[in-house]
Amino acid sequence: MMKRTSGNILYLLLFLFLLTGAEAMAQQRFPKPEFESGYVQPDPTTPEPRSMELEYVDVLVLLLVLSLASWLAVRRRSRRGLLWLSIFSLVYFGFYRNGCICSIGAIQNVALSIFDSGYAISLTALLFFILPLFFALFFGRTFCAAACPLGVIQDLLVIHPVSIPSWIRKTLGFIPVIYLGLAVLMAATGSDFIICRYDPFIGIFRMDGPFLMIFLGVTFLLLGMFFARPYCRVFCPYGVLLGWMSRFSKWHLTITPSECIQCKLCKDSCPFDAIEMPAEQTYRTPEVARKNLHRFILYVVLIPVLVVFGGWVGAKSHIFLSRVHPDVYLAELMISRPELKNDVDNVDIQAFLESGETFEQLVERATMIRNRFKKGSMILGGFIGLVLGITLMNQVVFRNREVYEPHRGNCFSCGRCMDYCPVEKR
Amino acid sequence: MEKKDKGYNRRDFINNGIRLALGATVAGTAAFTLSRSATGKDYVWQIDPFKCTQCGRCATECVRSESAVKCVHAFDLCGYCDVCSGYLKPGAKLETGAENQLCPTAAIQRKYIEEPYFEYIIDEELCIGCGKCVKGCSAFGNGSLHLQIRHDLCLNCNQCSIAASCPSDAISRVPADEPYLIKGDFTKGEEKG
Repeated sequence: MMKRTSGNILYLLLFLFLLTGAEAMAQQRFPKPEFESGYVQPDPTTPEPRSMELEYVDVLVLLLVLSLASWLAVRRRSRRGLLWLSIFSLVYFGFYRNGCICSIGAIQNVALSIFDSGYAISLTALLFFILPLFFALFFGRTFCAAACPLGVIQDLLVIHPVSIPSWIRKTLGFIPVIYLGLAVLMAATGSDFIICRYDPFIGIFRMDGPFLMIFLGVTFLLLGMFFARPYCRVFCPYGVLLGWMSRFSKWHLTITPSECIQCKLCKDSCPFDAIEMPAEQTYRTPEVARKNLHRFILYVVLIPVLVVFGGWVGAKSHIFLSRVHPDVYLAELMISRPELKNDVDNVDIQAFLESGETFEQLVERATMIRNRFKKGSMILGGFIGLVLGITLMNQVVFRNREVYEPHRGNCFSCGRCMDYCPVEKR
Repeated sequence: MEKKDKGYNRRDFINNGIRLALGATVAGTAAFTLSRSATGKDYVWQIDPFKCTQCGRCATECVRSESAVKCVHAFDLCGYCDVCSGYLKPGAKLETGAENQLCPTAAIQRKYIEEPYFEYIIDEELCIGCGKCVKGCSAFGNGSLHLQIRHDLCLNCNQCSIAASCPSDAISRVPADEPYLIKGDFTKGEEKG
């Protein structure tokens, strides 16, 4: 009896000992010597990160650039001013700040902080996300014109823009919606920040990066000589949001300072095909109007069908999409190829085995993530279907346009057209 | 003319309504985001040395071609051994020639202090953050050598690409006012608490 108790105490002591000193003891296999020569132990250096005050300077600069750009585009009507301002932004946000933080990537911070309560968004990221949207709501996409380094670096290299047929533009213009949806899904599930990972110009801003991404960036820039601003028009997910805002902007840039004389001079000035021509008279005949009405009704009916179909496709693809998450990928790999457990070169599996987590825990976690993906990709599919439906519907909405106007959703407010307009300000 | 004006007014009305709704959506999103996460603090990326398994990806996965991860020597924990398992290759001759050193870039400088103790200092210019010395030191020594993200080099990416591929989830966001997890301070902190 006595022996057993003392044994228990011994175990308890051992347990307490392990609990308190295990880490430190395990480290100190060789105790630190007592030096006799007066040796002074150096301290490990800890260089400080960039101070946070400077981050607020970034926000302030963004606010100033946006205000100035909006003033230059809407009131001052100065293409030259916008150009110089955009070069400043390229140097500041691009080459000085190395393209990070940026509003495009901030979408992911917002998505992650909404869906993951453990993640605390920095105020800077949140402000970078909302400020350009608010400005677009009132002044159009002045952010694209002069504040976004990704846009500016492409804009400066527009040399011989080629006009693209409308159907190609509209089809390609749908890619950003899918990209936006995917980026939000990946960020919300904590899988990856795909906008940042596949940012084609960040390597150029940093003058450093993997070969493939630099190659992609240079390709975009070369392509952009002819197909102006390819990233903005075919990929930029933030452009989707800005476009929605800008469509309803209160004061948008106008081509002419007073009244359009329909001289058609501005027609070819826009490298982005964002100028809309006056509606042709034939468009207004009763037959065409009736046909358009029928198409309109068809597309409206089609919207819920597209939403449901998109949701179905999304739900079907959730297993595929969920593999982006490293935990799901690892769990699948270990189930499908159990022999890899003995592969000492497989870093991921070896690290997992060392971590002390059981295989069941991993599978449980992966299943939970996959379920989130199921919900998320269903919403993603439905969202894509909805946007597709509304885009189709918009094709037949009849607008009584008599003058040349910028398309408010697509116009980057770069101001090139203003230079071409011969009308004097009254 | 009168008809035209009327039409424009209706459109203006609809546009104003939609603008208000969109503005409210953006403001609402911002407010919701703020309410979900306690902001005010800023974060930087750092490696938890106790989770790190020295897989070597820190040297290759950083967006910078010279990784922002370097080896740090927590002198508090060092045994100042003559035969250092973080410095010499296992089974190598006890000589300081480059062929016997574990570090591929010979970034660890060994300095004689007094019999039989030696000081080991990392030359950060040469260190590539591969973690080979860390593995050696942790396996057979005190574990005083360990990897840290150096904030003079780190670009503080939105999503750390090393963190995304770290097999042991050792890299996470830490408050910017305490940007390092140096092992000595770390264990001292634990003992205090």
